[in-house]
Amino acid sequence: MIESVDEAAVRAALGEVPDPEIPVVSVVDLGMVEAVDVTDRSIRVELLPTFVGCPAVDLIRDAVAARLESFGRPVEVDVSFRVPWKSDRITRAGRDKLRRSGFAPPAADAADVRCPYCASDRVALDNLFGPTQCRSLYYCRTCRQPFEQFKAV
Amino acid sequence: MTATAEELLPATRNALSLLLLAMADDEFVIGFSDSEWTGIAPLLEEDVAMSSLAQDELGHAQALYRLLAELVDDGRDADAIAFDRPPEGYYHARLLDHPRGDWANTIGRRFLYDTADSIRLEALAAGSWGPLAELVEKIRREERYHLLHVGAWLERLAAAPGEPRRRLLEALERMAPDAATVLSPLPDEASLVLAGIVDATSDELEGRWRAKIRPAFERLDLPMPPAATDPGSSRTHHSDAFRWLHGEFTAVRRLDREAPW
Repeated sequence: MIESVDEAAVRAALGEVPDPEIPVVSVVDLGMVEAVDVTDRSIRVELLPTFVGCPAVDLIRDAVAARLESFGRPVEVDVSFRVPWKSDRITRAGRDKLRRSGFAPPAADAADVRCPYCASDRVALDNLFGPTQCRSLYYCRTCRQPFEQFKAV
Repeated sequence: MTATAEELLPATRNALSLLLLAMADDEFVIGFSDSEWTGIAPLLEEDVAMSSLAQDELGHAQALYRLLAELVDDGRDADAIAFDRPPEGYYHARLLDHPRGDWANTIGRRFLYDTADSIRLEALAAGSWGPLAELVEKIRREERYHLLHVGAWLERLAAAPGEPRRRLLEALERMAPDAATVLSPLPDEASLVLAGIVDATSDELEGRWRAKIRPAFERLDLPMPPAATDPGSSRTHHSDAFRWLHGEFTAVRRLDREAPW
Protein backbone atom coordinates (compact mmCIF):
# COMPACT_ATOMS: atom_id res chain seq x y z
CA MET A 1 0.00 0.00 0.00
CA ILE A 2 1.41 3.37 -1.02
CA GLU A 3 0.90 6.31 1.36
CA SER A 4 -1.11 9.20 -0.08
CA VAL A 5 1.24 12.10 -0.58
CA ASP A 6 1.10 15.85 -0.32
CA GLU A 7 3.49 18.40 1.14
CA ALA A 8 1.99 18.11 4.63
CA ALA A 9 2.40 14.33 4.60
CA VAL A 10 6.04 14.68 3.53
CA ARG A 11 6.73 17.27 6.23
CA ALA A 12 5.09 15.03 8.83
CA ALA A 13 7.32 12.16 7.71
CA LEU A 14 10.40 14.38 7.91
CA GLY A 15 9.42 15.15 11.50
CA GLU A 16 10.32 11.51 12.21
CA VAL A 17 13.88 11.82 10.87
CA PRO A 18 16.17 12.40 13.87
CA ASP A 19 19.35 14.43 13.89
CA PRO A 20 22.11 11.79 14.18
CA GLU A 21 24.09 13.79 16.74
CA ILE A 22 21.14 14.90 18.93
CA PRO A 23 18.46 12.31 18.12
CA VAL A 24 15.88 13.90 20.38
CA VAL A 25 15.30 16.58 17.72
CA SER A 26 14.22 15.98 14.13
CA VAL A 27 15.38 17.74 10.99
CA VAL A 28 12.08 19.66 11.12
CA ASP A 29 12.66 20.73 14.75
CA LEU A 30 16.07 22.04 13.71
CA GLY A 31 14.60 24.05 10.84
CA MET A 32 16.74 22.25 8.28
CA VAL A 33 13.89 21.70 5.82
CA GLU A 34 13.76 24.73 3.51
CA ALA A 35 11.50 23.39 0.76
CA VAL A 36 9.32 20.41 -0.08
CA ASP A 37 8.05 20.04 -3.65
CA VAL A 38 5.64 17.23 -4.38
CA THR A 39 4.64 16.54 -7.98
CA ASP A 40 2.86 13.59 -9.57
CA ARG A 41 6.21 12.12 -10.44
CA SER A 42 8.61 13.01 -7.68
CA ILE A 43 9.31 14.41 -4.25
CA ARG A 44 12.06 16.99 -3.85
CA VAL A 45 13.35 18.12 -0.46
CA GLU A 46 15.82 20.95 0.09
CA LEU A 47 17.83 20.71 3.30
CA LEU A 48 20.01 23.43 4.83
CA PRO A 49 23.04 22.14 6.76
CA THR A 50 23.42 23.65 10.23
CA PHE A 51 27.20 23.94 9.70
CA VAL A 52 29.09 23.96 6.38
CA GLY A 53 31.30 21.03 7.32
CA CYS A 54 28.74 19.09 9.36
CA PRO A 55 29.85 15.47 8.98
CA ALA A 56 26.30 14.24 9.66
CA VAL A 57 24.89 15.76 6.45
CA ASP A 58 25.31 12.62 4.36
CA LEU A 59 23.68 10.49 7.06
CA ILE A 60 20.78 12.93 7.25
CA ARG A 61 20.35 13.00 3.48
CA ASP A 62 20.25 9.18 3.37
CA ALA A 63 17.85 8.99 6.32
CA VAL A 64 15.50 11.50 4.66
CA ALA A 65 15.56 9.57 1.39
CA ALA A 66 14.94 6.29 3.20
CA ARG A 67 11.99 7.69 5.19
CA LEU A 68 10.31 9.08 2.06
CA GLU A 69 10.72 5.85 0.06
CA SER A 70 7.31 4.57 1.22
CA PHE A 71 5.57 7.34 -0.74
CA GLY A 72 6.41 5.32 -3.82
CA ARG A 73 7.88 7.94 -6.11
CA PRO A 74 11.42 9.08 -6.85
CA VAL A 75 12.90 11.21 -4.07
CA GLU A 76 15.51 13.90 -4.60
CA VAL A 77 17.24 15.36 -1.54
CA ASP A 78 19.27 18.50 -2.18
CA VAL A 79 21.64 19.98 0.38
CA SER A 80 22.04 23.68 -0.27
CA PHE A 81 23.38 26.96 1.06
CA ARG A 82 20.82 28.94 -0.97
CA VAL A 83 19.49 30.26 2.31
CA PRO A 84 21.88 30.30 5.28
CA TRP A 85 20.72 28.10 8.12
CA LYS A 86 20.48 30.27 11.25
CA SER A 87 19.96 29.05 14.75
CA ASP A 88 16.69 30.97 15.02
CA ARG A 89 15.26 28.43 12.56
CA ILE A 90 15.06 25.92 15.43
CA THR A 91 11.35 25.64 16.25
CA ARG A 92 9.84 26.31 19.67
CA ALA A 93 9.20 22.57 20.02
CA GLY A 94 12.82 21.94 19.02
CA ARG A 95 14.10 24.36 21.67
CA ASP A 96 11.98 22.64 24.33
CA LYS A 97 13.25 19.22 23.31
CA LEU A 98 16.87 20.43 23.40
CA ARG A 99 16.39 21.86 26.89
CA ARG A 100 14.74 18.68 28.19
CA SER A 101 17.72 16.64 27.04
CA GLY A 102 20.29 18.91 28.66
CA PHE A 103 21.20 21.29 25.82
CA ALA A 104 20.73 25.02 26.18
CA PRO A 105 19.10 26.28 22.98
CA PRO A 106 20.89 29.03 21.03
CA ALA A 107 20.64 32.53 22.47
CA ALA A 108 21.21 35.58 20.27
CA ASP A 109 22.74 37.34 23.28
CA ALA A 110 25.26 35.35 25.36
CA ALA A 111 23.79 36.98 28.49
CA ASP A 112 20.56 35.06 27.83
CA VAL A 113 22.06 31.58 28.14
CA ARG A 114 20.29 29.64 30.91
CA CYS A 115 21.14 26.32 32.50
CA PRO A 116 18.90 23.70 30.85
CA TYR A 117 18.65 21.81 34.16
CA CYS A 118 17.80 24.54 36.71
CA ALA A 119 17.18 27.61 34.49
CA SER A 120 19.80 29.60 36.44
CA ASP A 121 21.51 32.52 34.71
CA ARG A 122 24.64 32.02 36.81
CA VAL A 123 26.43 30.21 34.00
CA ALA A 124 30.01 30.45 32.76
CA LEU A 125 31.27 29.84 29.23
CA ASP A 126 34.00 27.20 29.43
CA ASN A 127 34.72 26.83 25.74
CA LEU A 128 33.25 28.37 22.58
CA PHE A 129 33.93 25.00 20.98
CA GLY A 130 32.56 21.62 21.97
CA PRO A 131 32.35 17.97 20.97
CA THR A 132 30.65 18.81 17.66
CA GLN A 133 30.83 21.92 15.47
CA CYS A 134 27.42 23.17 16.61
CA ARG A 135 28.01 23.18 20.38
CA SER A 136 29.72 25.30 23.05
CA LEU A 137 30.55 24.20 26.61
CA TYR A 138 29.13 25.89 29.71
CA TYR A 139 29.12 25.35 33.47
CA CYS A 140 26.21 26.16 35.78
CA ARG A 141 27.41 27.71 39.03
CA THR A 142 24.03 27.17 40.69
CA CYS A 143 23.43 23.45 40.18
CA ARG A 144 27.11 22.73 39.38
CA GLN A 145 26.40 20.93 36.16
CA PRO A 146 28.42 21.24 33.01
CA PHE A 147 26.15 21.55 29.97
CA GLU A 148 26.32 22.17 26.25
CA GLN A 149 24.76 24.96 24.29
CA PHE A 150 23.70 24.80 20.66
CA LYS A 151 25.79 27.64 19.16
CA ALA A 152 24.02 30.72 17.89
CA VAL A 153 24.98 31.24 14.24
CA MET B 1 21.49 38.75 -11.07
CA THR B 2 23.66 35.66 -10.92
CA ALA B 3 25.52 34.46 -13.97
CA THR B 4 25.63 30.69 -14.38
CA ALA B 5 29.08 29.18 -14.72
CA GLU B 6 28.59 28.99 -18.52
CA GLU B 7 27.68 32.66 -18.79
CA LEU B 8 30.87 33.94 -17.16
CA LEU B 9 33.44 35.39 -19.54
CA PRO B 10 36.44 33.06 -19.94
CA ALA B 11 38.82 35.49 -18.19
CA THR B 12 36.37 35.93 -15.30
CA ARG B 13 35.84 32.23 -15.03
CA ASN B 14 39.55 31.60 -14.93
CA ALA B 15 40.10 34.28 -12.27
CA LEU B 16 37.19 32.90 -10.25
CA SER B 17 38.64 29.39 -10.35
CA LEU B 18 41.97 30.72 -9.03
CA LEU B 19 40.19 32.63 -6.26
CA LEU B 20 38.24 29.50 -5.24
CA LEU B 21 41.42 27.42 -5.32
CA ALA B 22 43.29 29.99 -3.20
CA MET B 23 40.49 30.16 -0.61
CA ALA B 24 39.96 26.40 -0.50
CA ASP B 25 43.67 25.62 -0.21
CA ASP B 26 44.07 28.26 2.53
CA GLU B 27 41.29 26.69 4.61
CA PHE B 28 42.48 23.17 3.84
CA VAL B 29 46.11 23.78 4.82
CA ILE B 30 45.42 25.76 8.00
CA GLY B 31 42.78 23.18 8.94
CA PHE B 32 45.20 20.29 8.61
CA SER B 33 48.06 22.21 10.19
CA ASP B 34 46.04 23.22 13.27
CA SER B 35 44.49 19.75 13.58
CA GLU B 36 47.95 18.63 14.67
CA TRP B 37 47.12 20.09 18.08
CA THR B 38 44.53 17.37 18.63
CA GLY B 39 45.70 15.49 21.69
CA ILE B 40 48.63 17.79 22.53
CA ALA B 41 47.23 21.32 22.96
CA PRO B 42 48.39 23.18 26.10
CA LEU B 43 44.93 22.94 27.69
CA LEU B 44 42.20 20.34 27.32
CA GLU B 45 39.80 23.13 26.28
CA GLU B 46 42.16 24.08 23.49
CA ASP B 47 42.45 20.49 22.38
CA VAL B 48 38.69 20.56 21.83
CA ALA B 49 38.72 24.07 20.35
CA MET B 50 41.52 23.48 17.83
CA SER B 51 39.97 20.19 16.74
CA SER B 52 36.60 21.87 16.19
CA LEU B 53 38.18 24.85 14.42
CA ALA B 54 40.08 22.49 12.14
CA GLN B 55 36.87 20.61 11.39
CA ASP B 56 35.17 23.89 10.44
CA GLU B 57 38.05 24.85 8.13
CA LEU B 58 38.13 21.47 6.40
CA GLY B 59 34.35 21.73 5.92
CA HIS B 60 34.76 25.16 4.34
CA ALA B 61 37.55 23.81 2.12
CA GLN B 62 35.39 20.88 1.01
CA ALA B 63 32.47 23.15 0.09
CA LEU B 64 34.82 25.48 -1.84
CA TYR B 65 36.46 22.55 -3.68
CA ARG B 66 32.96 21.38 -4.67
CA LEU B 67 32.15 24.78 -6.16
CA LEU B 68 35.49 24.72 -7.95
CA ALA B 69 34.88 21.21 -9.32
CA GLU B 70 31.52 22.35 -10.76
CA LEU B 71 33.00 25.51 -12.23
CA VAL B 72 36.06 23.88 -13.81
CA ASP B 73 34.15 20.73 -14.81
CA ASP B 74 37.26 18.82 -15.89
CA GLY B 75 36.26 15.44 -14.49
CA ARG B 76 37.89 15.92 -11.09
CA ASP B 77 35.67 15.87 -7.99
CA ALA B 78 36.37 17.75 -4.75
CA ASP B 79 38.48 14.88 -3.37
CA ALA B 80 40.63 14.70 -6.50
CA ILE B 81 41.31 18.43 -6.34
CA ALA B 82 41.99 18.35 -2.61
CA PHE B 83 44.29 15.33 -2.47
CA ASP B 84 45.72 14.40 -5.88
CA ARG B 85 48.04 17.32 -6.55
CA PRO B 86 51.79 17.32 -5.91
CA PRO B 87 52.90 19.82 -3.23
CA GLU B 88 53.93 22.34 -5.92
CA GLY B 89 50.36 22.37 -7.24
CA TYR B 90 48.87 23.84 -4.06
CA TYR B 91 47.89 27.48 -4.08
CA HIS B 92 47.68 28.50 -0.41
CA ALA B 93 49.27 31.68 0.93
CA ARG B 94 52.88 31.47 2.06
CA LEU B 95 51.82 32.43 5.59
CA LEU B 96 50.37 28.92 5.82
CA ASP B 97 53.63 27.35 4.68
CA HIS B 98 55.13 27.94 8.11
CA PRO B 99 55.06 24.90 10.38
CA ARG B 100 52.52 24.87 13.20
CA GLY B 101 55.36 25.75 15.59
CA ASP B 102 54.63 26.47 19.23
CA TRP B 103 51.33 27.72 20.64
CA ALA B 104 52.33 31.38 20.21
CA ASN B 105 53.13 30.72 16.55
CA THR B 106 49.78 29.00 16.03
CA ILE B 107 47.86 31.84 17.68
CA GLY B 108 49.84 34.58 15.90
CA ARG B 109 49.31 32.92 12.55
CA ARG B 110 45.63 32.23 13.18
CA PHE B 111 45.11 35.86 14.09
CA LEU B 112 46.81 37.08 10.91
CA TYR B 113 44.98 34.53 8.80
CA ASP B 114 41.50 34.77 10.33
CA THR B 115 41.44 38.56 10.18
CA ALA B 116 42.62 38.59 6.53
CA ASP B 117 40.16 35.83 5.64
CA SER B 118 37.30 37.74 7.25
CA ILE B 119 38.11 40.78 5.08
CA ARG B 120 38.14 38.57 2.00
CA LEU B 121 34.81 36.94 2.95
CA GLU B 122 33.23 40.33 3.62
CA ALA B 123 34.27 41.47 0.14
CA LEU B 124 32.59 38.43 -1.42
CA ALA B 125 29.40 38.31 0.64
CA ALA B 126 27.38 40.62 -1.58
CA GLY B 127 29.03 39.33 -4.76
CA SER B 128 27.24 38.68 -8.01
CA TRP B 129 28.08 34.99 -8.34
CA GLY B 130 25.32 33.39 -6.27
CA PRO B 131 26.87 30.03 -5.38
CA LEU B 132 29.92 31.68 -3.80
CA ALA B 133 28.04 34.55 -2.15
CA GLU B 134 25.61 32.07 -0.53
CA LEU B 135 28.38 29.86 0.78
CA VAL B 136 30.35 32.84 2.07
CA GLU B 137 27.31 34.13 3.93
CA LYS B 138 27.15 30.79 5.76
CA ILE B 139 30.91 30.52 6.37
CA ARG B 140 31.05 34.00 7.92
CA ARG B 141 28.62 32.95 10.63
CA GLU B 142 31.06 30.22 11.70
CA GLU B 143 34.23 32.29 11.34
CA ARG B 144 32.82 34.76 13.87
CA TYR B 145 33.61 32.17 16.56
CA HIS B 146 37.14 31.72 15.24
CA LEU B 147 37.78 35.47 15.50
CA LEU B 148 36.45 35.60 19.07
CA HIS B 149 38.63 32.68 20.06
CA VAL B 150 41.88 33.84 18.49
CA GLY B 151 41.36 37.47 19.52
CA ALA B 152 41.10 36.42 23.17
CA TRP B 153 44.26 34.32 22.88
CA LEU B 154 46.28 37.02 21.15
CA GLU B 155 45.36 39.37 23.97
CA ARG B 156 46.26 36.80 26.60
CA LEU B 157 49.70 36.04 25.15
CA ALA B 158 50.56 39.65 24.30
CA ALA B 159 49.58 40.95 27.73
CA ALA B 160 51.42 38.26 29.69
CA PRO B 161 54.89 39.42 30.62
CA GLY B 162 57.87 37.15 30.09
CA GLU B 163 57.81 34.02 27.99
CA PRO B 164 54.32 34.17 26.40
CA ARG B 165 54.84 37.70 25.06
CA ARG B 166 58.42 36.95 24.01
CA ARG B 167 57.34 33.87 22.08
CA LEU B 168 54.48 35.75 20.41
CA LEU B 169 56.84 38.53 19.30
CA GLU B 170 59.31 35.97 17.95
CA ALA B 171 56.53 34.23 16.04
CA LEU B 172 55.24 37.48 14.53
CA GLU B 173 58.77 38.43 13.51
CA ARG B 174 59.36 35.03 11.91
CA MET B 175 56.14 35.27 9.91
CA ALA B 176 56.39 39.01 9.14
CA PRO B 177 57.56 38.72 5.48
CA ASP B 178 54.58 36.43 4.77
CA ALA B 179 51.96 37.98 7.08
CA ALA B 180 50.15 39.85 4.30
CA THR B 181 50.27 37.09 1.68
CA VAL B 182 46.66 35.96 2.19
CA LEU B 183 45.58 39.16 0.41
CA SER B 184 48.32 39.29 -2.25
CA PRO B 185 46.91 40.02 -5.73
CA LEU B 186 45.58 37.09 -7.75
CA PRO B 187 45.97 36.81 -11.55
CA ASP B 188 43.24 38.64 -13.51
CA GLU B 189 41.52 39.74 -10.31
CA ALA B 190 40.36 42.97 -12.02
CA SER B 191 37.87 40.85 -13.98
CA LEU B 192 36.31 39.68 -10.70
CA VAL B 193 35.85 43.27 -9.56
CA LEU B 194 34.40 44.18 -12.96
CA ALA B 195 31.94 41.28 -12.77
CA GLY B 196 30.92 42.30 -9.25
CA ILE B 197 32.02 38.97 -7.75
CA VAL B 198 34.32 40.73 -5.27
CA ASP B 199 33.86 44.36 -4.27
CA ALA B 200 37.51 45.51 -4.35
CA THR B 201 41.02 44.65 -5.53
CA SER B 202 43.55 42.98 -3.26
CA ASP B 203 45.35 46.27 -2.59
CA GLU B 204 42.19 47.72 -1.17
CA LEU B 205 41.44 44.58 0.82
CA GLU B 206 44.91 44.70 2.33
CA GLY B 207 44.21 48.30 3.38
CA ARG B 208 40.97 47.20 5.03
CA TRP B 209 42.80 44.37 6.79
CA ARG B 210 45.44 46.72 8.19
CA ALA B 211 42.73 49.07 9.42
CA LYS B 212 41.02 46.11 11.09
CA ILE B 213 44.04 44.79 12.98
CA ARG B 214 45.73 48.12 13.79
CA PRO B 215 43.69 48.91 16.93
CA ALA B 216 44.54 45.56 18.54
CA PHE B 217 48.20 45.73 17.50
CA GLU B 218 48.55 49.27 18.86
CA ARG B 219 46.76 48.49 22.10
CA LEU B 220 48.91 45.39 22.67
CA ASP B 221 52.07 47.15 21.45
CA LEU B 222 52.77 44.62 18.71
CA PRO B 223 54.62 45.55 15.48
CA MET B 224 52.29 45.92 12.48
CA PRO B 225 53.19 43.42 9.72
CA PRO B 226 55.19 44.86 6.81
CA ALA B 227 54.17 44.51 3.16
CA ALA B 228 54.60 40.98 1.81
CA THR B 229 58.06 40.14 0.50
CA ASP B 230 57.84 39.09 -3.15
CA PRO B 231 54.02 39.16 -3.38
CA GLY B 232 54.16 37.74 -6.93
CA SER B 233 55.08 34.33 -5.55
CA SER B 234 52.83 34.45 -2.48
CA ARG B 235 51.04 31.24 -3.47
CA THR B 236 53.82 29.25 -5.14
CA HIS B 237 57.25 27.91 -4.13
CA HIS B 238 56.19 26.03 -1.02
CA SER B 239 58.34 25.11 1.98
CA ASP B 240 59.73 21.82 3.23
CA ALA B 241 57.35 22.13 6.18
CA PHE B 242 54.43 22.11 3.74
CA ARG B 243 55.88 19.18 1.80
CA TRP B 244 55.95 17.24 5.08
CA LEU B 245 52.34 18.23 5.88
CA HIS B 246 51.29 17.23 2.35
CA GLY B 247 52.73 13.77 2.97
CA GLU B 248 50.63 13.54 6.13
CA PHE B 249 47.31 14.73 4.73
CA THR B 250 47.52 12.64 1.57
CA ALA B 251 48.43 9.45 3.46
CA VAL B 252 44.88 8.09 3.75
CA ARG B 253 44.05 8.94 0.15
CA ARG B 254 47.15 7.06 -1.02
CA LEU B 255 46.08 4.00 1.00
CA ASP B 256 42.43 4.06 -0.04
CA ARG B 257 41.12 6.26 -2.85
CA GLU B 258 37.50 5.56 -1.89
CA ALA B 259 37.81 6.74 1.73
CA PRO B 260 35.21 9.49 2.38
CA TRP B 261 35.94 12.74 4.33
